[in-house]
Amino acid sequence: MALLDSPPTVSPAQPDRSRPVDTHAPARNPGIPLKLEWVRSLQVNRSAVERRAGSLTARRSVKKEWQAAWLLRAITLMDLTTLSGDDTASNVRRLCAKARTPVRPDLLQALGADQLPIRTAAVCVYHRWVPTAVDALQGSGIPVAAVSTGFPHGLSPFPQRLAEIEASVAAGAQEIDIVITRAHVLGGDWEALYDEVRRFREASGEAHLKAILATGELSTLTNVARASLVAMMAGADFVKTSTGKESVNAVLPVGLVMARTIRGYLERTGHEVGFKPAGGIRSAKEALAWMILMKEELGNRWLDPHLFRFGASSLLADIERQLEHQATGRYSAHHRHPMA
Amino acid sequence: MPSVADIFRAPEYGPAPESPAPAVDWLEAHHRTFGHFIGGSWTRPPSPDEPENRSGNESEGGTDGGFETRNPATGELLARVTQGTQAHVAAAVAAAEAALPAWQALGGHGRARVLYALARGIQKHSRLFAVLESVDNGKPIRESRDLDIPLVARHFHHHAGWAALVEEEFPHREPHGVVGQIIPWNFPLLMLAWKVAPALACGNTVVLKPAEYTPLTALCFADLCREAGVPPGVVNIVTGDGRTGAAVAAHPGIGKVAFTGSTEVGRILRRETAGTGKALTLELGGKSPFLVYDDADLDSVVEGVVDAIWFNQGEVCCAGSRILVQESVAERLVSKLRARMETLRLGDPLDKGVDMGAVVHQVQLDRIRELVARGREEGARVWQPSWAGDGNRATGGGNGDGGTADGDEGDRGAFFPPTLCTDVEPAGTLAQVEIFGPVVVLMTFRTHEESVALANNTRYGLAASVWTENVNLALDVAPRLEAGTVWINCTNVFDAASGFGGVRESGFGREGGREGLLAYLRPRGRSDTEMAAEAAAHNPATGVRTSPALGIPPEPGSSTAPGSGDAHSPLAEPVPPTGYGDDVNPALDRTPKLYIGRKQTRPDGGTSLGVVAAEGGALLGVVGRGNRKDIRNAVEAARKAFPGWSGATAHLRAQILHFLAENLAARSTEFETRLREQAGLEPGAAAREGSLSVERLFTWGAWADKVDGRVHATPFRNVTLAMVEPVGILGIAAPDSHPLLGLVSAVAPAMALGNTVVVVPSQTFPLSATDLYQVLDTSDIPAGVVNLVTGLRSELVPVLADHDGVDAVWSFGGAAEAREVELRSVGNLKRTWAPVAGGAEPPVHWSRPCRAQDERFIEHATRVKNIWVPYGA
Repeated sequence: MALLDSPPTVSPAQPDRSRPVDTHAPARNPGIPLKLEWVRSLQVNRSAVERRAGSLTARRSVKKEWQAAWLLRAITLMDLTTLSGDDTASNVRRLCAKARTPVRPDLLQALGADQLPIRTAAVCVYHRWVPTAVDALQGSGIPVAAVSTGFPHGLSPFPQRLAEIEASVAAGAQEIDIVITRAHVLGGDWEALYDEVRRFREASGEAHLKAILATGELSTLTNVARASLVAMMAGADFVKTSTGKESVNAVLPVGLVMARTIRGYLERTGHEVGFKPAGGIRSAKEALAWMILMKEELGNRWLDPHLFRFGASSLLADIERQLEHQATGRYSAHHRHPMA
Repeated sequence: MPSVADIFRAPEYGPAPESPAPAVDWLEAHHRTFGHFIGGSWTRPPSPDEPENRSGNESEGGTDGGFETRNPATGELLARVTQGTQAHVAAAVAAAEAALPAWQALGGHGRARVLYALARGIQKHSRLFAVLESVDNGKPIRESRDLDIPLVARHFHHHAGWAALVEEEFPHREPHGVVGQIIPWNFPLLMLAWKVAPALACGNTVVLKPAEYTPLTALCFADLCREAGVPPGVVNIVTGDGRTGAAVAAHPGIGKVAFTGSTEVGRILRRETAGTGKALTLELGGKSPFLVYDDADLDSVVEGVVDAIWFNQGEVCCAGSRILVQESVAERLVSKLRARMETLRLGDPLDKGVDMGAVVHQVQLDRIRELVARGREEGARVWQPSWAGDGNRATGGGNGDGGTADGDEGDRGAFFPPTLCTDVEPAGTLAQVEIFGPVVVLMTFRTHEESVALANNTRYGLAASVWTENVNLALDVAPRLEAGTVWINCTNVFDAASGFGGVRESGFGREGGREGLLAYLRPRGRSDTEMAAEAAAHNPATGVRTSPALGIPPEPGSSTAPGSGDAHSPLAEPVPPTGYGDDVNPALDRTPKLYIGRKQTRPDGGTSLGVVAAEGGALLGVVGRGNRKDIRNAVEAARKAFPGWSGATAHLRAQILHFLAENLAARSTEFETRLREQAGLEPGAAAREGSLSVERLFTWGAWADKVDGRVHATPFRNVTLAMVEPVGILGIAAPDSHPLLGLVSAVAPAMALGNTVVVVPSQTFPLSATDLYQVLDTSDIPAGVVNLVTGLRSELVPVLADHDGVDAVWSFGGAAEAREVELRSVGNLKRTWAPVAGGAEPPVHWSRPCRAQDERFIEHATRVKNIWVPYGA
């Protein structure tokens, strides 16, 4: 009762400064001026991309110890997320607790991984629950990410969207997941998209900006590539596939196109940009497929939370079961793992 | 082994071994020794105590030591198999012949059930087949599991369907009988499926020889045949080396030979089967171009290159081994390719995370190394991944990010790393020679025109791959590429519903799809009675005079050869009074020359041949005696005319054929008179030949715009266009028997379907051909489309058959000429069509055309190009 009675506010909770500085944290993407001819020159062949996406994960296999290690790593790449209309402080707190201790300690011990820093990369919530999450994660070093700018549609008045970012940052969010105006992409208005993301980036200040492209609503893979590039040019720290609310969310062909665009941007500008697939990633097997995709297309640096995140809510539960299977040799069950 | 914590900190791939157990169990069940599979049972296997039979000595009893097959990744001995002898082959053919009546009586539905059982059997034992293929060939398990074996099952399933349909879909055709099939080592079971499935579907029985290096999956398939209820003798497997293959091809009981393998062996088989009446299809080597235009999705292009040349260790006949990239994007592509090579993983074929396994045999590895070394000497820059070490002795494992899990295969196995060669010119060895390994050359082009020219600058023509986002460009380039298959924005995509096969020295014939069935069906023969009736109808007692009486000896070099100054000299007889000759004035001389490039040209040799009347032996006229230079000039004219004529609309070609008919009809009296004088035909017969000729022109005018291509139903999101194209430059040795009708009947379909032709007209009655010059001139036929070279066929036809610029030769001059044409076609492996009595198909019945016969002309005047166009925005 008490929890429900204490409405979250924009009261300034101090951002957690206790998180150790990661020495190999990449420099942020400063962005570059919009280069329209580059944007328009991007061409994506859907069939070829689907073929590669389809065969890529069948060409690689991680089993046994490797699978356990990769899945533990997957946990550290996770933006543990709740974005439901019925979210309350109680389930947000529960989620934060899970973020701190995502795997049963006895399991970690059995896997010889008890010394590893296993916790999720971030917790991702709506603005209203930012203070709750910041509070719950106090001392853990786990940042809070807020979805913002009229999430999921991004169609509220522009000043309001800017204000929303500022409010979330003020509330302690260290990462801001913005949504873009899809109309800019569908209309080919790259200047407008660039300006929008640029302004969002400015409003975010020190908080890292993840640009959600809502790829399921962008019609073509060529649009996905162009929108990704414009967002990067505008200074996005991450490009992210989906809100989780579109009818098609994170799928491998889209991820492949975005990864390749990140690589192209890196090749030409030297700036590293992160990637976050979100929505629909529910199984350990899917998580491994995404990690294989990143390793193959971008290399091991993109198996680090600075440059790669999963947006996921139910993925962790499946990973826990797979880890227990690895530890015991028996297939596990959901009820044996604390729920988020 | 690294701990979970270690791997967590440095996430690499671990080993992911596929168990060899299914293959080992199967090999052990056979005690690792194999006989042949003949008549549904195994012959006595070789004894391990005996030495290997490598001497070349025939051991008729088959009790020698056979030969070994080894795992190329480890050198491990897998099994000992039998070296097939002539006696073994004879036994297999006998078994296949014995099985034939019941197999054909089974009917389409019955055969469909058997093929369906084979498809299901492949699926049921898919792991065994996949593992066995990988250990015997060295290819990665991922490829045998995900590509080879599923395609094998798909092929049998698809052809189970054809078995049910073929009789009604091809009412004018019938199976050959016993078919001999020889397959290569690069896709052992898949090539077996490509051969066996359509052959069985069409009602043939087979004797198949798998490759010497990779016999095991074929032998395992023999076990499956028993399990699936294939009647004994319908499928026979005889193992052995090239000698065994030669014995299969040479056996008189074989009606058709189908071969996939090297161009070199293809040539041998063409030579060996020449004149035997055996049907032949060849699927040979390639140096396929991989065209990259500046608007292509370059990241996808990179994966295309991986699929093109680093798939199956590059041991792919249609491998995209020549990258041709537009200059403006070449540098970026090279850098992307170099980066991509780093993440390829080479190693144990049974590791599920390996991209490239072992090369099939040390012999092949040595060849690849030697060629790359030669390329270096010629100035090529050779790029290999950093983990490849010195490049020629890649062991894998050296690559922290992408190397293999197991580092020591290289010490024992035959491994070669992915290799990209730049700074290669078209004249370089690496750009010319089929390497059959994971080695690709990259060259640049400036313009679209140049890209097509470079692409076609090869003696091969198996496949091509075109990368552009511009559909206009793609569909402009694809038809202009000399290749049996063109993949747009994809590569090495195969399916049972689509035909596969080459042009030029990549062979002829198609496998897969409707067009592939033609390889296993022959035109139905007519009965001897019908043949006799046909002959009688055309040759009444007063009919054709034989050639010696006409002043032209059948063969040159004899004492009576024309032009040798003897009694047969054209000047020996008086010129008959035609051409307004009267009491005062001698007749105006009319000397037909040769017809080349729409010009009447004097024969190069400056000699002529006399033509005498059938009745009375009066000299009717003289014709030019063409020689090899005239043939050369005619072929050049035809080559020059080809782009325009093949590119003209079918409607235009139809109009021209109709116009030709109109002009011929207008001069019917003249042509009939000529037929009567020259060939001694009765007026009725002459008139019938004239009117049938006109009708033929009309028929082919009709067909010109009605030989449609197809869109094959392949199971991908794409359109697979089976486009019907002209063969190219056709040499036609017209029949002697029907001076006008025979010529018109052969030339009209060739023209109608877009070919340009060089014709050697009837030697005995050439004037009907030379009379056509003016008709051709007045019918708007562009220069070079039809070229006529009169003379002695024994002098001219061999030159046509030899000519590397001629794409096909049709011979209607009897068995000796047919053999000569087939023998000489080996130079450029041109297609030949030389139907003779007693051969694989009945001779052409000139005076009794029918739909079935039209289909034969269409088949030989066209080739099918499959263009794969995936789509999706």
